[in-house]
Amino acid sequence: MSLMSLTAVELGKKIKAKEVTVKEAVQAAIAQIEASEDELNCYVTVDKEGALKRAEEVQKLIDDGTLTSPLAGVPVAIKDNMCTKDLLTTCSSKILGNFVPTYTAQAVINLEEAGAVILGKTNMDEFAMGSTTETSAYGETKNPWNTNHVPGGSSGGSCAAVAAEECSYALGSDTGGSIRQPSSFCGVTGIKPTYGTVSRYGLIAYGSSLDQIGPVAKDVTDCATILEAIAGYDSKDSTSVKREDYDFTSALVDDVKGLKIGVPKAYFGDGLDKEVKDAVLAAAKVLEEKGAIVEEFDLGLVDYAIPAYYVIAAAEASSNLSRFDGVKYGYRTKDYEGLHNMYKKSRSEGFGPEVKRRIMLGSFVLSSGYYDAYYLKALRTKALIKKEFDKAFEKYDVILGPAAPTTAPKLGDSLSDPIKMYLGDIYTISVNLAGLPGISVPCGVDSKGLPIGLQLIGDCFKEKNIIRAAYAYEQTRTYEGPGKNK
Amino acid sequence: MANIISDETMEYVGILAKLELSEEEKKQAESDMGRMLDYIDKLNELDTTGVEPMSHVFPVNNVFREDVVVNGDDRENILKNAPGVKEGAFKVPKTVE
Repeated sequence: MSLMSLTAVELGKKIKAKEVTVKEAVQAAIAQIEASEDELNCYVTVDKEGALKRAEEVQKLIDDGTLTSPLAGVPVAIKDNMCTKDLLTTCSSKILGNFVPTYTAQAVINLEEAGAVILGKTNMDEFAMGSTTETSAYGETKNPWNTNHVPGGSSGGSCAAVAAEECSYALGSDTGGSIRQPSSFCGVTGIKPTYGTVSRYGLIAYGSSLDQIGPVAKDVTDCATILEAIAGYDSKDSTSVKREDYDFTSALVDDVKGLKIGVPKAYFGDGLDKEVKDAVLAAAKVLEEKGAIVEEFDLGLVDYAIPAYYVIAAAEASSNLSRFDGVKYGYRTKDYEGLHNMYKKSRSEGFGPEVKRRIMLGSFVLSSGYYDAYYLKALRTKALIKKEFDKAFEKYDVILGPAAPTTAPKLGDSLSDPIKMYLGDIYTISVNLAGLPGISVPCGVDSKGLPIGLQLIGDCFKEKNIIRAAYAYEQTRTYEGPGKNK
Repeated sequence: MANIISDETMEYVGILAKLELSEEEKKQAESDMGRMLDYIDKLNELDTTGVEPMSHVFPVNNVFREDVVVNGDDRENILKNAPGVKEGAFKVPKTVE
Protein backbone atom coordinates (compact mmCIF):
# COMPACT_ATOMS: atom_id res chain seq x y z
CA MET A 1 0.00 0.00 0.00
CA SER A 2 1.34 3.39 -1.03
CA LEU A 3 1.83 6.05 1.61
CA MET A 4 -0.32 8.30 -0.53
CA SER A 5 -3.40 6.13 -0.22
CA LEU A 6 -3.40 6.76 3.52
CA THR A 7 -5.50 9.54 4.97
CA ALA A 8 -3.61 12.51 6.38
CA VAL A 9 -4.29 11.42 9.96
CA GLU A 10 -3.18 7.83 9.24
CA LEU A 11 0.04 9.08 7.67
CA GLY A 12 0.58 11.46 10.59
CA LYS A 13 0.30 8.52 13.01
CA LYS A 14 2.87 6.51 11.09
CA ILE A 15 5.25 9.47 11.11
CA LYS A 16 4.74 9.95 14.83
CA ALA A 17 5.35 6.22 15.45
CA LYS A 18 8.61 6.48 13.40
CA GLU A 19 7.34 3.90 10.91
CA VAL A 20 7.70 6.51 8.17
CA THR A 21 10.00 9.52 7.94
CA VAL A 22 8.72 12.90 6.80
CA LYS A 23 11.13 12.71 3.88
CA GLU A 24 9.67 9.38 2.77
CA ALA A 25 6.17 10.87 2.91
CA VAL A 26 7.20 13.90 0.89
CA GLN A 27 9.08 11.74 -1.62
CA ALA A 28 6.01 9.55 -2.05
CA ALA A 29 3.90 12.63 -2.79
CA ILE A 30 6.45 13.96 -5.26
CA ALA A 31 6.64 10.58 -6.99
CA GLN A 32 2.87 10.58 -7.42
CA ILE A 33 2.94 14.18 -8.69
CA GLU A 34 5.59 13.22 -11.22
CA ALA A 35 3.56 10.18 -12.31
CA SER A 36 0.22 11.87 -12.95
CA GLU A 37 0.74 15.62 -13.15
CA ASP A 38 1.37 15.72 -16.90
CA GLU A 39 -2.05 14.27 -17.44
CA LEU A 40 -4.00 16.10 -14.71
CA ASN A 41 -2.37 19.53 -14.16
CA CYS A 42 -3.50 19.85 -10.52
CA TYR A 43 -0.67 22.23 -9.63
CA VAL A 44 0.44 25.63 -10.89
CA THR A 45 3.68 25.37 -8.89
CA VAL A 46 5.37 22.32 -7.37
CA ASP A 47 8.06 23.22 -4.82
CA LYS A 48 10.02 19.99 -4.74
CA GLU A 49 13.21 21.45 -3.27
CA GLY A 50 11.40 23.52 -0.68
CA ALA A 51 9.31 20.54 0.42
CA LEU A 52 12.32 18.24 0.81
CA LYS A 53 14.22 20.88 2.79
CA ARG A 54 11.22 21.53 4.99
CA ALA A 55 10.79 17.76 5.52
CA GLU A 56 14.17 17.63 7.27
CA GLU A 57 13.35 20.58 9.51
CA VAL A 58 9.97 19.11 10.47
CA GLN A 59 11.52 15.70 11.15
CA LYS A 60 13.92 17.30 13.65
CA LEU A 61 11.07 19.09 15.40
CA ILE A 62 9.08 15.86 15.62
CA ASP A 63 12.11 13.95 16.91
CA ASP A 64 12.84 16.49 19.63
CA GLY A 65 9.20 16.51 20.72
CA THR A 66 8.41 20.10 19.64
CA LEU A 67 5.82 19.06 17.03
CA THR A 68 3.07 16.78 18.29
CA SER A 69 0.12 17.70 16.01
CA PRO A 70 -1.63 14.82 14.18
CA LEU A 71 -0.67 16.57 10.92
CA ALA A 72 3.04 16.95 11.69
CA GLY A 73 5.09 15.94 8.66
CA VAL A 74 2.10 15.31 6.42
CA PRO A 75 2.44 16.83 2.91
CA VAL A 76 -0.23 19.34 1.87
CA ALA A 77 -1.20 21.26 -1.29
CA ILE A 78 -2.38 24.87 -1.03
CA LYS A 79 -4.82 26.57 -3.42
CA ASP A 80 -2.97 29.21 -5.37
CA ASN A 81 -5.03 32.10 -3.98
CA MET A 82 -3.38 31.87 -0.57
CA CYS A 83 -0.19 33.86 -0.18
CA THR A 84 2.92 31.84 0.59
CA LYS A 85 6.11 33.72 1.44
CA ASP A 86 8.82 33.28 -1.20
CA LEU A 87 6.61 30.91 -3.22
CA LEU A 88 4.91 32.02 -6.43
CA THR A 89 1.21 32.80 -5.89
CA THR A 90 -0.67 33.38 -9.14
CA CYS A 91 -4.39 33.03 -8.38
CA SER A 92 -4.24 31.19 -11.73
CA SER A 93 -4.13 34.60 -13.42
CA LYS A 94 -1.70 36.10 -15.89
CA ILE A 95 -1.87 39.36 -13.92
CA LEU A 96 -0.12 37.66 -10.95
CA GLY A 97 2.11 35.48 -13.12
CA ASN A 98 5.28 36.64 -11.34
CA PHE A 99 3.94 37.48 -7.88
CA VAL A 100 6.07 36.21 -4.98
CA PRO A 101 4.39 37.20 -1.68
CA THR A 102 6.41 38.64 1.18
CA TYR A 103 4.15 37.02 3.75
CA THR A 104 2.10 33.87 4.30
CA ALA A 105 -1.67 33.58 4.75
CA GLN A 106 -2.64 33.01 8.40
CA ALA A 107 -4.43 29.71 7.66
CA VAL A 108 -1.24 28.41 6.04
CA ILE A 109 0.90 29.67 8.95
CA ASN A 110 -1.41 27.76 11.30
CA LEU A 111 -0.81 24.60 9.25
CA GLU A 112 2.94 25.16 9.23
CA GLU A 113 2.88 25.52 13.00
CA ALA A 114 1.21 22.13 13.08
CA GLY A 115 4.13 20.77 11.07
CA ALA A 116 2.67 20.62 7.58
CA VAL A 117 4.99 20.36 4.60
CA ILE A 118 3.81 22.39 1.60
CA LEU A 119 4.22 20.58 -1.72
CA GLY A 120 3.05 23.39 -3.94
CA LYS A 121 0.18 25.56 -5.12
CA THR A 122 -2.89 24.12 -6.79
CA ASN A 123 -4.67 25.23 -9.91
CA MET A 124 -8.02 27.01 -9.74
CA ASP A 125 -10.40 29.11 -11.74
CA GLU A 126 -8.81 32.52 -12.25
CA PHE A 127 -9.37 34.50 -9.01
CA ALA A 128 -11.72 31.66 -7.96
CA MET A 129 -14.28 32.80 -10.55
CA GLY A 130 -15.68 29.72 -12.17
CA SER A 131 -17.04 26.25 -11.48
CA THR A 132 -14.73 24.10 -13.62
CA THR A 133 -11.07 25.22 -13.19
CA GLU A 134 -11.15 25.91 -16.94
CA THR A 135 -10.77 29.68 -16.51
CA SER A 136 -7.21 29.22 -15.18
CA ALA A 137 -4.54 31.04 -17.18
CA TYR A 138 -2.32 27.97 -16.68
CA GLY A 139 -4.44 25.35 -18.39
CA GLU A 140 -7.37 23.32 -17.16
CA THR A 141 -7.14 20.64 -14.49
CA LYS A 142 -8.59 17.26 -15.44
CA ASN A 143 -10.80 15.08 -13.30
CA PRO A 144 -8.78 12.07 -12.06
CA TRP A 145 -11.89 9.87 -12.36
CA ASN A 146 -12.20 10.59 -16.07
CA THR A 147 -9.82 12.99 -17.78
CA ASN A 148 -12.46 14.04 -20.32
CA HIS A 149 -14.34 15.71 -17.47
CA VAL A 150 -13.71 18.81 -15.36
CA PRO A 151 -12.75 18.49 -11.68
CA GLY A 152 -15.21 21.27 -10.79
CA GLY A 153 -14.14 24.56 -9.35
CA SER A 154 -12.93 26.82 -8.32
CA SER A 155 -10.79 24.64 -5.97
CA GLY A 156 -10.51 22.05 -8.77
CA GLY A 157 -6.74 21.64 -8.46
CA SER A 158 -6.93 21.00 -4.70
CA CYS A 159 -9.75 18.45 -5.01
CA ALA A 160 -8.21 16.67 -8.01
CA ALA A 161 -4.83 16.55 -6.24
CA VAL A 162 -6.42 14.86 -3.20
CA ALA A 163 -8.33 12.38 -5.38
CA ALA A 164 -5.23 11.59 -7.47
CA GLU A 165 -3.14 11.22 -4.29
CA GLU A 166 -0.77 13.98 -5.39
CA CYS A 167 -0.97 15.24 -1.79
CA SER A 168 -2.31 13.89 1.51
CA TYR A 169 -4.78 16.76 1.86
CA ALA A 170 -5.28 20.28 0.57
CA LEU A 171 -6.66 23.69 1.42
CA GLY A 172 -9.32 25.22 -0.78
CA SER A 173 -11.49 28.31 -0.56
CA ASP A 174 -15.25 28.57 -0.97
CA THR A 175 -17.11 31.72 -2.05
CA GLY A 176 -20.18 30.10 -3.64
CA GLY A 177 -19.42 26.38 -3.47
CA SER A 178 -15.79 26.29 -4.56
CA ILE A 179 -14.81 23.62 -2.01
CA ARG A 180 -18.01 21.57 -1.89
CA GLN A 181 -18.77 21.31 -5.63
CA PRO A 182 -15.29 20.14 -6.77
CA SER A 183 -15.13 17.82 -3.74
CA SER A 184 -18.36 16.30 -5.03
CA PHE A 185 -17.03 16.04 -8.60
CA CYS A 186 -13.73 14.45 -7.46
CA GLY A 187 -15.16 12.07 -4.84
CA VAL A 188 -13.41 13.66 -1.86
CA THR A 189 -14.59 15.41 1.31
CA GLY A 190 -14.51 19.18 1.79
CA ILE A 191 -15.77 21.61 4.42
CA LYS A 192 -16.73 25.25 4.05
CA PRO A 193 -16.67 26.52 7.65
CA THR A 194 -18.92 29.16 9.21
CA TYR A 195 -17.94 32.61 7.94
CA GLY A 196 -15.26 34.12 10.17
CA THR A 197 -13.94 30.78 11.47
CA VAL A 198 -10.72 30.66 9.41
CA SER A 199 -8.73 33.86 8.93
CA ARG A 200 -8.89 35.38 5.45
CA TYR A 201 -5.59 37.21 6.04
CA GLY A 202 -3.45 36.45 3.00
CA LEU A 203 -6.30 34.94 0.99
CA ILE A 204 -6.48 36.94 -2.22
CA ALA A 205 -9.97 38.39 -1.97
CA TYR A 206 -12.80 37.66 -4.40
CA GLY A 207 -16.07 38.26 -2.52
CA SER A 208 -14.88 39.18 0.97
CA SER A 209 -18.24 38.78 2.72
CA LEU A 210 -18.52 35.23 1.31
CA ASP A 211 -14.95 33.86 1.10
CA GLN A 212 -13.87 31.15 3.55
CA ILE A 213 -10.86 28.83 3.52
CA GLY A 214 -11.51 25.18 4.28
CA PRO A 215 -10.04 21.66 4.16
CA VAL A 216 -10.22 19.08 1.35
CA ALA A 217 -9.29 15.49 2.20
CA LYS A 218 -10.10 11.82 1.81
CA ASP A 219 -12.42 11.61 4.79
CA VAL A 220 -14.35 13.44 7.49
CA THR A 221 -11.77 12.70 10.21
CA ASP A 222 -9.07 14.43 8.17
CA CYS A 223 -11.31 17.41 7.44
CA ALA A 224 -12.24 17.91 11.11
CA THR A 225 -8.57 17.58 12.13
CA ILE A 226 -7.38 20.04 9.49
CA LEU A 227 -10.15 22.52 10.33
CA GLU A 228 -9.10 22.40 13.95
CA ALA A 229 -5.55 23.27 12.88
CA ILE A 230 -6.42 26.20 10.60
CA ALA A 231 -9.33 27.80 12.51
CA GLY A 232 -8.83 30.55 15.04
CA TYR A 233 -9.45 34.19 15.80
CA ASP A 234 -7.10 36.53 13.93
CA SER A 235 -6.94 40.25 14.63
CA LYS A 236 -5.52 40.76 11.12
CA ASP A 237 -8.89 39.77 9.61
CA SER A 238 -11.50 42.29 10.75
CA THR A 239 -14.32 39.81 10.06
CA SER A 240 -12.69 37.04 12.08
CA VAL A 241 -15.08 35.80 14.76
CA LYS A 242 -14.07 34.88 18.32
CA ARG A 243 -15.84 31.54 18.57
CA GLU A 244 -16.56 29.86 21.88
CA ASP A 245 -15.54 26.57 20.40
CA TYR A 246 -12.78 25.52 18.02
CA ASP A 247 -13.07 21.83 18.74
CA PHE A 248 -14.31 19.86 15.75
CA THR A 249 -12.79 16.40 16.22
CA SER A 250 -14.91 15.57 19.27
CA ALA A 251 -17.87 15.41 16.85
CA LEU A 252 -16.31 12.37 15.13
CA VAL A 253 -18.77 9.95 16.69
CA ASP A 254 -20.77 7.27 14.95
CA ASP A 255 -24.09 8.27 16.44
CA VAL A 256 -26.91 10.26 14.86
CA LYS A 257 -29.71 9.09 17.13
CA GLY A 258 -32.20 11.90 17.51
CA LEU A 259 -30.37 14.22 15.11
CA LYS A 260 -33.01 16.20 13.20
CA ILE A 261 -32.32 16.33 9.49
CA GLY A 262 -34.41 18.48 7.13
CA VAL A 263 -34.53 17.70 3.42
CA PRO A 264 -35.62 20.78 1.41
CA LYS A 265 -38.10 19.81 -1.30
CA ALA A 266 -36.82 22.59 -3.53
CA TYR A 267 -33.40 20.89 -3.66
CA PHE A 268 -34.90 17.89 -5.45
CA GLY A 269 -36.86 19.56 -8.23
CA ASP A 270 -36.20 20.29 -11.91
CA GLY A 271 -32.64 20.32 -13.07
CA LEU A 272 -31.44 17.64 -10.64
CA ASP A 273 -29.95 14.58 -12.30
CA LYS A 274 -31.90 11.41 -11.49
CA GLU A 275 -28.84 9.41 -10.42
CA VAL A 276 -27.64 12.22 -8.14
CA LYS A 277 -31.11 12.46 -6.63
CA ASP A 278 -31.32 8.73 -5.95
CA ALA A 279 -27.86 8.59 -4.38
CA VAL A 280 -28.53 11.56 -2.10
CA LEU A 281 -31.93 10.26 -0.99
CA ALA A 282 -30.39 6.85 -0.36
CA ALA A 283 -27.84 8.57 1.91
CA ALA A 284 -30.71 10.27 3.78
CA LYS A 285 -32.24 6.84 4.25
CA VAL A 286 -28.99 5.49 5.69
CA LEU A 287 -28.92 8.27 8.26
CA GLU A 288 -32.56 7.61 9.10
CA GLU A 289 -31.82 3.92 9.62
CA LYS A 290 -29.04 4.94 11.98
CA GLY A 291 -31.54 6.80 14.13
CA ALA A 292 -31.70 10.31 12.70
CA ILE A 293 -35.10 11.94 12.29
CA VAL A 294 -35.34 12.78 8.61
CA GLU A 295 -38.18 14.80 7.13
CA GLU A 296 -38.93 16.90 4.08
CA PHE A 297 -39.68 20.59 4.48
CA ASP A 298 -40.19 23.74 2.45
CA LEU A 299 -37.12 25.96 2.28
CA GLY A 300 -38.12 29.24 0.69
CA LEU A 301 -36.32 31.53 -1.77
CA VAL A 302 -33.99 28.85 -3.19
CA ASP A 303 -34.33 30.32 -6.69
CA TYR A 304 -33.27 33.77 -5.56
CA ALA A 305 -29.90 32.82 -4.14
CA ILE A 306 -28.02 32.71 -7.46
CA PRO A 307 -29.08 36.12 -8.77
CA ALA A 308 -28.45 37.71 -5.35
CA TYR A 309 -25.06 36.00 -5.13
CA TYR A 310 -23.87 37.13 -8.54
CA VAL A 311 -24.72 40.75 -7.77
CA ILE A 312 -22.98 40.69 -4.37
CA ALA A 313 -19.95 38.63 -5.46
CA ALA A 314 -19.44 40.69 -8.62
CA ALA A 315 -19.77 43.96 -6.69
CA GLU A 316 -17.19 42.89 -4.13
CA ALA A 317 -14.93 41.49 -6.85
CA SER A 318 -14.96 44.75 -8.81
CA SER A 319 -13.81 46.54 -5.68
CA ASN A 320 -11.31 43.92 -4.52
CA LEU A 321 -9.69 43.52 -7.93
CA SER A 322 -9.14 47.25 -8.36
CA ARG A 323 -5.82 46.71 -6.56
CA PHE A 324 -4.41 45.02 -9.67
CA ASP A 325 -3.18 48.09 -11.49
CA GLY A 326 0.30 47.23 -12.73
CA VAL A 327 2.02 49.38 -10.09
CA LYS A 328 2.80 47.45 -6.92
CA TYR A 329 2.96 43.89 -8.21
CA GLY A 330 1.98 41.72 -11.11
CA TYR A 331 1.73 42.31 -14.83
CA ARG A 332 2.28 45.69 -16.50
CA THR A 333 1.56 46.24 -20.18
CA LYS A 334 4.52 47.01 -22.43
CA ASP A 335 3.21 50.04 -24.36
CA TYR A 336 1.06 52.75 -22.85
CA GLU A 337 0.38 56.46 -22.87
CA GLY A 338 0.06 57.90 -19.40
CA LEU A 339 -1.09 56.48 -16.10
CA HIS A 340 -4.74 55.69 -16.83
CA ASN A 341 -3.97 54.03 -20.11
CA MET A 342 -1.35 51.94 -18.30
CA TYR A 343 -3.93 50.82 -15.71
CA LYS A 344 -6.51 49.97 -18.35
CA LYS A 345 -4.18 48.10 -20.67
CA SER A 346 -2.43 46.18 -17.86
CA ARG A 347 -5.79 45.03 -16.48
CA SER A 348 -7.32 44.24 -19.88
CA GLU A 349 -4.33 42.15 -20.91
CA GLY A 350 -3.83 40.59 -17.47
CA PHE A 351 -7.37 39.41 -16.65
CA GLY A 352 -9.19 36.60 -18.45
CA PRO A 353 -12.75 36.84 -19.88
CA GLU A 354 -14.69 35.50 -16.85
CA VAL A 355 -12.89 37.86 -14.46
CA LYS A 356 -13.56 40.83 -16.76
CA ARG A 357 -17.21 39.80 -17.04
CA ARG A 358 -17.62 39.84 -13.26
CA ILE A 359 -15.66 43.08 -12.74
CA MET A 360 -17.87 44.80 -15.30
CA LEU A 361 -21.08 43.45 -13.83
CA GLY A 362 -19.89 44.51 -10.39
CA SER A 363 -18.95 48.00 -11.56
CA PHE A 364 -22.38 48.32 -13.17
CA VAL A 365 -24.45 47.22 -10.16
CA LEU A 366 -22.48 49.58 -7.91
CA SER A 367 -22.76 52.57 -10.25
CA SER A 368 -24.98 55.49 -9.33
CA GLY A 369 -28.48 54.95 -10.67
CA TYR A 370 -28.25 51.16 -10.35
CA TYR A 371 -26.88 50.75 -6.81
CA ASP A 372 -30.30 50.66 -5.13
CA ALA A 373 -32.02 48.59 -7.81
CA TYR A 374 -29.36 45.90 -7.95
CA TYR A 375 -26.85 45.99 -5.11
CA LEU A 376 -29.14 46.96 -2.23
CA LYS A 377 -31.88 44.73 -3.63
CA ALA A 378 -29.46 41.79 -3.52
CA LEU A 379 -28.44 42.62 0.07
CA ARG A 380 -32.13 42.76 1.07
CA THR A 381 -32.67 39.39 -0.61
CA LYS A 382 -29.70 38.03 1.32
CA ALA A 383 -31.38 39.12 4.57
CA LEU A 384 -34.54 37.22 3.56
CA ILE A 385 -32.56 34.11 2.62
CA LYS A 386 -30.76 34.21 5.97
CA LYS A 387 -34.16 34.38 7.70
CA GLU A 388 -35.35 31.30 5.79
CA PHE A 389 -32.35 29.35 7.10
CA ASP A 390 -32.87 30.69 10.63
CA LYS A 391 -36.43 29.35 10.46
CA ALA A 392 -35.22 25.98 9.18
CA PHE A 393 -32.60 25.65 11.92
CA GLU A 394 -35.22 26.24 14.59
CA LYS A 395 -36.54 22.82 13.57
CA TYR A 396 -33.52 20.96 12.23
CA ASP A 397 -29.88 20.34 13.20
CA VAL A 398 -28.78 19.59 9.66
CA ILE A 399 -30.09 20.33 6.17
CA LEU A 400 -29.38 17.56 3.66
CA GLY A 401 -29.21 17.82 -0.12
CA PRO A 402 -26.97 17.34 -3.14
CA ALA A 403 -23.75 19.36 -3.48
CA ALA A 404 -24.38 19.88 -7.20
CA PRO A 405 -27.25 19.06 -9.60
CA THR A 406 -25.10 16.78 -11.77
CA THR A 407 -21.81 14.91 -11.71
CA ALA A 408 -18.78 16.51 -13.39
CA PRO A 409 -19.52 17.90 -16.87
CA LYS A 410 -17.24 17.27 -19.84
CA LEU A 411 -14.36 19.64 -20.45
CA GLY A 412 -15.43 22.53 -22.67
CA ASP A 413 -19.18 22.13 -22.08
CA SER A 414 -19.65 24.81 -19.43
CA LEU A 415 -17.94 28.05 -20.38
CA SER A 416 -20.00 28.79 -23.48
CA ASP A 417 -23.10 29.51 -21.41
CA PRO A 418 -22.25 31.42 -18.20
CA ILE A 419 -25.78 31.39 -16.79
CA LYS A 420 -26.03 27.64 -17.19
CA MET A 421 -22.70 27.32 -15.38
CA TYR A 422 -23.91 29.63 -12.59
CA LEU A 423 -27.05 27.48 -12.15
CA GLY A 424 -24.80 24.57 -11.19
CA ASP A 425 -24.12 26.43 -7.91
CA ILE A 426 -27.77 26.39 -6.83
CA TYR A 427 -27.33 24.12 -3.79
CA THR A 428 -24.10 25.62 -2.50
CA ILE A 429 -24.45 29.37 -2.98
CA SER A 430 -27.08 30.19 -0.36
CA VAL A 431 -24.81 28.65 2.31
CA ASN A 432 -22.25 31.39 1.62
CA LEU A 433 -24.89 34.12 1.59
CA ALA A 434 -26.09 32.99 5.02
CA GLY A 435 -22.54 32.40 6.38
CA LEU A 436 -23.33 28.76 7.22
CA PRO A 437 -20.99 25.75 7.38
CA GLY A 438 -21.39 23.01 4.77
CA ILE A 439 -19.69 19.72 3.98
CA SER A 440 -19.65 17.56 0.86
CA VAL A 441 -19.06 13.82 1.33
CA PRO A 442 -19.00 11.15 -1.39
CA CYS A 443 -22.26 9.17 -1.57
CA GLY A 444 -21.93 7.09 -4.71
CA VAL A 445 -20.88 6.91 -8.33
CA ASP A 446 -23.13 7.39 -11.36
CA SER A 447 -23.41 5.12 -14.42
CA LYS A 448 -20.63 7.11 -16.11
CA GLY A 449 -18.31 6.21 -13.24
CA LEU A 450 -18.27 9.76 -11.82
CA PRO A 451 -18.63 10.47 -8.10
CA ILE A 452 -21.69 12.05 -6.45
CA GLY A 453 -21.52 14.33 -3.41
CA LEU A 454 -23.88 14.60 -0.46
CA GLN A 455 -24.08 18.07 1.08
CA LEU A 456 -24.86 18.61 4.76
CA ILE A 457 -25.50 22.15 5.93
CA GLY A 458 -25.44 23.32 9.54
CA ASP A 459 -26.43 26.43 11.42
CA CYS A 460 -23.73 29.04 12.07
CA PHE A 461 -21.06 27.69 14.46
CA LYS A 462 -22.68 24.24 14.42
CA GLU A 463 -19.99 22.45 12.39
CA LYS A 464 -20.21 19.65 14.92
CA ASN A 465 -23.68 18.66 13.72
CA ILE A 466 -22.61 18.26 10.10
CA ILE A 467 -19.32 16.58 11.02
CA ARG A 468 -21.19 14.10 13.19
CA ALA A 469 -23.76 13.32 10.48
CA ALA A 470 -21.09 13.07 7.77
CA TYR A 471 -18.90 10.85 9.93
CA ALA A 472 -21.77 8.52 10.82
CA TYR A 473 -22.73 8.28 7.16
CA GLU A 474 -19.13 7.66 6.12
CA GLN A 475 -18.88 4.66 8.48
CA THR A 476 -21.33 2.83 6.20
CA ARG A 477 -19.03 3.18 3.19
CA THR A 478 -15.43 2.57 2.17
CA TYR A 479 -13.40 5.28 0.48
CA GLU A 480 -13.32 4.89 -3.26
CA GLY A 481 -10.54 6.63 -5.12
CA PRO A 482 -10.57 7.15 -8.88
CA GLY A 483 -8.01 4.37 -9.35
CA LYS A 484 -10.58 1.65 -8.91
CA ASN A 485 -12.55 2.97 -11.85
CA LYS A 486 -9.69 3.47 -14.24
CA MET B 1 -33.84 40.33 -23.98
CA ALA B 2 -35.30 42.92 -21.66
CA ASN B 3 -32.05 44.62 -20.72
CA ILE B 4 -30.30 46.27 -23.65
CA ILE B 5 -26.85 47.52 -22.76
CA SER B 6 -25.96 50.43 -25.01
CA ASP B 7 -22.48 51.26 -26.28
CA GLU B 8 -22.54 54.33 -24.03
CA THR B 9 -23.32 52.27 -20.94
CA MET B 10 -20.55 49.82 -21.79
CA GLU B 11 -18.17 52.72 -22.33
CA TYR B 12 -19.09 54.08 -18.88
CA VAL B 13 -18.70 50.67 -17.22
CA GLY B 14 -15.29 50.37 -18.90
CA ILE B 15 -14.24 53.66 -17.27
CA LEU B 16 -15.46 52.51 -13.83
CA ALA B 17 -13.89 49.07 -14.18
CA LYS B 18 -10.66 50.44 -15.69
CA LEU B 19 -10.89 47.98 -18.54
CA GLU B 20 -10.29 48.61 -22.21
CA LEU B 21 -12.18 46.22 -24.43
CA SER B 22 -11.79 45.58 -28.12
CA GLU B 23 -14.88 46.17 -30.29
CA GLU B 24 -15.51 42.45 -30.41
CA GLU B 25 -15.13 42.04 -26.62
CA LYS B 26 -17.45 45.02 -26.12
CA LYS B 27 -20.25 43.46 -28.17
CA GLN B 28 -19.87 40.20 -26.30
CA ALA B 29 -19.83 42.01 -22.95
CA GLU B 30 -22.99 43.95 -23.83
CA SER B 31 -24.86 40.78 -24.66
CA ASP B 32 -23.48 38.89 -21.62
CA MET B 33 -24.37 41.68 -19.24
CA GLY B 34 -27.85 42.05 -20.73
CA ARG B 35 -28.50 38.35 -20.19
CA MET B 36 -27.13 38.45 -16.65
CA LEU B 37 -29.32 41.44 -15.78
CA ASP B 38 -32.38 39.70 -17.25
CA TYR B 39 -31.63 36.83 -14.92
CA ILE B 40 -30.92 39.10 -11.95
CA ASP B 41 -34.23 40.91 -12.53
CA LYS B 42 -35.83 37.82 -11.01
CA LEU B 43 -35.10 39.52 -7.67
CA ASN B 44 -37.83 42.05 -8.52
CA GLU B 45 -40.41 39.33 -7.91
CA LEU B 46 -39.57 39.62 -4.22
CA ASP B 47 -41.15 42.26 -2.05
CA THR B 48 -38.27 43.60 0.03
CA THR B 49 -40.06 46.67 1.37
CA GLY B 50 -38.85 47.42 4.88
CA VAL B 51 -36.05 44.81 4.73
CA GLU B 52 -32.68 46.18 5.85
CA PRO B 53 -29.86 45.42 3.38
CA MET B 54 -27.63 42.80 5.02
CA SER B 55 -23.97 43.38 4.24
CA HIS B 56 -22.77 40.98 6.94
CA VAL B 57 -24.40 37.91 8.46
CA PHE B 58 -22.95 38.66 11.89
CA PRO B 59 -23.30 42.01 13.61
CA VAL B 60 -19.69 43.06 13.08
CA ASN B 61 -18.74 46.61 13.89
CA ASN B 62 -15.57 48.51 13.24
CA VAL B 63 -12.67 46.63 14.72
CA PHE B 64 -10.22 49.03 16.31
CA ARG B 65 -6.72 48.44 17.60
CA GLU B 66 -3.95 50.59 18.98
CA ASP B 67 -1.97 52.28 16.23
CA VAL B 68 1.21 50.33 16.84
CA VAL B 69 3.50 49.06 14.10
CA VAL B 70 3.82 45.29 14.36
CA ASN B 71 5.38 44.41 11.02
CA GLY B 72 8.97 45.09 10.07
CA ASP B 73 10.33 47.06 7.14
CA ASP B 74 10.18 44.78 4.13
CA ARG B 75 10.63 47.44 1.47
CA GLU B 76 13.27 45.61 -0.51
CA ASN B 77 11.27 42.41 -0.89
CA ILE B 78 8.02 44.26 -1.57
CA LEU B 79 9.65 46.27 -4.34
CA LYS B 80 10.93 43.07 -5.96
CA ASN B 81 7.34 42.47 -7.11
CA ALA B 82 6.92 45.90 -8.65
CA PRO B 83 7.03 46.26 -12.45
CA GLY B 84 8.84 49.59 -12.11
CA VAL B 85 11.08 50.82 -9.28
CA LYS B 86 13.04 54.02 -8.79
CA GLU B 87 14.98 55.10 -5.71
CA GLY B 88 13.22 52.70 -3.39
CA ALA B 89 9.73 53.65 -4.60
CA PHE B 90 7.15 52.41 -7.12
CA LYS B 91 7.73 53.97 -10.51
CA VAL B 92 4.64 55.08 -12.45
CA PRO B 93 4.12 57.06 -15.65
CA LYS B 94 3.94 60.85 -15.37
CA THR B 95 0.69 61.74 -13.59
CA VAL B 96 0.69 65.55 -13.73
CA GLU B 97 1.35 67.51 -16.90
